[in-house]
Amino acid sequence: MNNYFSMGGYAAFVWPAYALSALVMIGLAVTAWWNLRVRERDLAKLRDQLP
Amino acid sequence: MSSFFDRYANPTRFMRLATAVVPWTAAATLLLLGSGLYFALFDSPADYQQGESVRIMYVHVPSAWLAMAGYSTVAVASAFALIWKHPLADLVARAASPVGACFALLCLVTGSLWGKPMWGTWWAWDARLTSVLILFFLYLGHMALLNAFDDAARGARAAAILALAGFVNVPVIKFSVDWWNTLHQPASVSKMGMPSIDPRMLLPLMLMAVGYTCFYVTVLLLRVKGEILSAKIRALRLSLMQVANQ
Repeated sequence: MNNYFSMGGYAAFVWPAYALSALVMIGLAVTAWWNLRVRERDLAKLRDQLP
Repeated sequence: MSSFFDRYANPTRFMRLATAVVPWTAAATLLLLGSGLYFALFDSPADYQQGESVRIMYVHVPSAWLAMAGYSTVAVASAFALIWKHPLADLVARAASPVGACFALLCLVTGSLWGKPMWGTWWAWDARLTSVLILFFLYLGHMALLNAFDDAARGARAAAILALAGFVNVPVIKFSVDWWNTLHQPASVSKMGMPSIDPRMLLPLMLMAVGYTCFYVTVLLLRVKGEILSAKIRALRLSLMQVANQ
């Protein structure tokens, strides 16, 4: 198993590449979803204020 | 053509369509990236020259494709916004730009992490690398212009013109490895009929590429929905202020 994680000596390059890709993509998905939620809530509040 | 746009580019109908499509593209993303990662990390061979470092390819190449696809989205949406003045087109360009910028950055960083052990350098002013760096700056310029004016419509117009002018860079990226003698290797996948890549490497690469594409579609739809709601919120606030002033 240790042998696997060492990636033939390239661990310091392979794992950061995967970790950064995962981090950025999860960040993109979560912010897109979260912003949508916030705006849906804001819109509902505004519609309640309409006469 | 125009009836197609009347039908689907109507913001309300677009919202309904996006809401129906997103669960499917999200599920496809998880399935494809899950199986792609399995093959990329556990069930594909090491390269005979590059050893295990070749596994960086499975995250580097799809992000490069998405960086170009994202810019193409921005450019096409900008053309629609400038020529047909379609309200949805500006929102699509605004929604796509930061996503494409993230993929351009990922492409540069994962490429750097691959270049160090293989070429012995993090960076070279090679035609492929430089043109992708320019792509990243074009994204930054586009996002900056969008927010540079008090009048949002003027900002959108300036950004759209930049996006269209910068589109010339996309074919330069694609063909840079053929036009110039680059340190970057030429394409391994697009040689139709004479595959120069092991099928056991092609499978994870394709799974990851389609998975990244589904991810991009999902995030883009969510972001366009967000932009449509923002526009509605702005309009409602304005009309509430007018009611209050009467």
